[in-house]
Amino acid sequence: MAQGLCLRALRVNQKACVRAILADGELGRRIRDLGIVPGTEVTVVGRAPLRDPVALRLRDFTLTMRNSEADHILVDTED
Amino acid sequence: MSPTLTFALAGNPNCGKTTLFNSLTGARQHVGNYPGVTVEKREGRLSVGPREMAVVDLPGMYSLTAYSTDELAARLFLVEEKPSCVIDVVDAGTLERSLYLSVQLLELGVPVVLALNMMDEVRRRGLVLDGKRLSAILGVPVVETVARVGEGREELIREALAFAEKRRGPWEPLVISYGADIDQTLLRMEARIEADRFLTDRFPARWLALKYLEGDSDVIALGRANGPTAVVLEEMAATLSRHIEATLASTPDAVISDHRYGYIAAVLRQGVLKSSAARDRIAGSDSLDRVLTHTVAGPVIMLAVLYAMFQITFSLGQFPMDWLEAGFGWLGDAVGGLLPEGMLRSLAVSGIIAGVGGVLGFVPLIIIMFFQLSFLEDLGYMARVAYMLDRVFRAFGLHGGSVMPFIIAGGIPGGCAVPGVMAARTLRSPKERLVTILAAPFMACGAKIPVFLLLIAAFFPGNAGLVMFLVTLASWAAALLVARLWRATVVTGQGMPFIMELPPYRLPTLRGLCIHTGERAWQYIKKAATVILAISILMWAAMTFPGLDEEQRAAFEAERAAVTAAASAQEQRDAIDNREAEAVLRHSLAGRVGVALESVSRLAGFDWRVNIALIGGIAAKEVVVSTLGTAYALGEVDPQDTATLSERIAADPAFSPLSALALMAFTILYAPCFVTVVTMAKEASWKWAGFAVVANTGLGFLVAVAIYQIGRLF
Repeated sequence: MAQGLCLRALRVNQKACVRAILADGELGRRIRDLGIVPGTEVTVVGRAPLRDPVALRLRDFTLTMRNSEADHILVDTED
Repeated sequence: MSPTLTFALAGNPNCGKTTLFNSLTGARQHVGNYPGVTVEKREGRLSVGPREMAVVDLPGMYSLTAYSTDELAARLFLVEEKPSCVIDVVDAGTLERSLYLSVQLLELGVPVVLALNMMDEVRRRGLVLDGKRLSAILGVPVVETVARVGEGREELIREALAFAEKRRGPWEPLVISYGADIDQTLLRMEARIEADRFLTDRFPARWLALKYLEGDSDVIALGRANGPTAVVLEEMAATLSRHIEATLASTPDAVISDHRYGYIAAVLRQGVLKSSAARDRIAGSDSLDRVLTHTVAGPVIMLAVLYAMFQITFSLGQFPMDWLEAGFGWLGDAVGGLLPEGMLRSLAVSGIIAGVGGVLGFVPLIIIMFFQLSFLEDLGYMARVAYMLDRVFRAFGLHGGSVMPFIIAGGIPGGCAVPGVMAARTLRSPKERLVTILAAPFMACGAKIPVFLLLIAAFFPGNAGLVMFLVTLASWAAALLVARLWRATVVTGQGMPFIMELPPYRLPTLRGLCIHTGERAWQYIKKAATVILAISILMWAAMTFPGLDEEQRAAFEAERAAVTAAASAQEQRDAIDNREAEAVLRHSLAGRVGVALESVSRLAGFDWRVNIALIGGIAAKEVVVSTLGTAYALGEVDPQDTATLSERIAADPAFSPLSALALMAFTILYAPCFVTVVTMAKEASWKWAGFAVVANTGLGFLVAVAIYQIGRLF
């Protein structure tokens, strides 16, 4: 059963599917411009040495964002 | 002949756009700025047979939504200059995301030729792309390229030329459906825009309407200044926004971007992507990242890289710097020999040659530092540095990318604030970049070190290493805390979101590195020849005029005449010369200011000699030591050899370990040297450079007074 949670809560190597972007305005637009839209598959590929920011794999590239920004992305996990 | 056609290169960051630009234009390029912003505008020429074309390399961008100053400048260029053709460089490995920008270019209506770049990587992965199919669906030429080796270059030029000719005249925007609600509103807005001829000379009507729906603040502000139609359009957009909020619990710009990605997915499904079961594009990069950004190994490697870069810059740079210094020294002597003794000689030798020579001495450092910086940047490593350090720097209102400017400016003692301030260019968020520029000059640059060493030798000879280490720590603390202070007071507000791409590691091309490095050096040299020359002369004048009057000069002359007979005549004459130099300095404008400030500077324990030296230090920090030498009537003191001077200072009752400590704190904090100030003005603005001079000096004085006064209580 799919389960909605915040992107920040994902473990490294965990896969998820974007359900919604909760940010509007500039940040929301930036997130979408970089390819994160509902339906996108993302995998957490790593965290910086101080656990923040987080590195994400989506489509064919790697993005990094701060945890405070990841909070605006709601995902469904597959397990 | 001026070019009749203009090509603009557009594309995501790291798509190989600049490599393609270099391959198209070779060395025939120059760098300027877009009007009113510090975004670099790279322009070049390309000739095909008798035809000459202008090529503009737009800043890297993911979208035309004008999120950053880069994107805004690029969009303005497209709309205002209306290039004959946009070459949209697309990383074929991330086709889906890259086409997001392409679709927006097509919606704008500008003639677009797609360059499917990095096809070599795509082929190596066993991915099959059908460029012809893509071309047929989108209705624009598609050319496969490998910019690094020039593959596809000729075909691309041919296609772009032909397409620019064919599509001469009005733009032909692509129309995408955004769902019934948005489509209807768009049609009504379009009709209204056409009827009122509202900004139709600048933007296609549908594109303008779309920007209103996307809530584009730049376009909305422009609209308000251009007539009452704006109110109607804003009202229509607001109505739609409420409707979408009520029915879809979403916003129009989210719905619009969903449909754009939907359109792209549909295009790719129509046989463009032949095989999707390919190897992971970035598997290699990923395994590198597992080491290079590892919790423990990552920071260790990063420190090693930063340290190595620093060592290379300053050890390799030492040789050409010495040569330049020797060359200018020789030139000074030669010119001095040709000119008669007097004001003209002093101006030429001490003002012009010494001033410009000192400034050009930095050129080797800038070249070596920027070469390495461009290498790490193009390699993709700088993005990882920012990623690893962001958490630390964010606490001080800075950005992960601020670390490099700090290190270069003297985060490891011996750096230089000039290349440090210039290195802040790699930061894309304006607020963090500005604060980085303002804070970088606090670091212990190579020119401040003789000042610290002089004071350490005079007052803390037993603990030299420890004190120097504490000075370094204090410099970092000053930079970070002052950055925090400015972010809380004068540069307030949210920084840009950190969200950015970690590009796959790619080896940069030597040619690209050389072109970028050469540009930086040239920009700096041009500045040295103009502004910096003028300031050198001013500083020289302030320390020379007004000269001693006849009577005083005659007194020194008489003294000299009196010693002619003695055995140690030369020595005594030198001593008199030195006392005369002291008198001249004290008598000069800078000297008078120094004396006048004594009543205030006493609070921090500085006497008039220190004041003059510190004023001289605004020209270049090395001057602090040599001016102190003159002020203590020791003649010109070599900053490398200060033993006599430190003895004199230690013996001077006006000095104490406490005032030395206050002076060290002041040296860390006070106004940057004028080369740095000019660089700051170039990188930020004169307003901020002036702010740094005033605020840093004020802050430095407060701290120095606090140290001196509190210390005296014990």
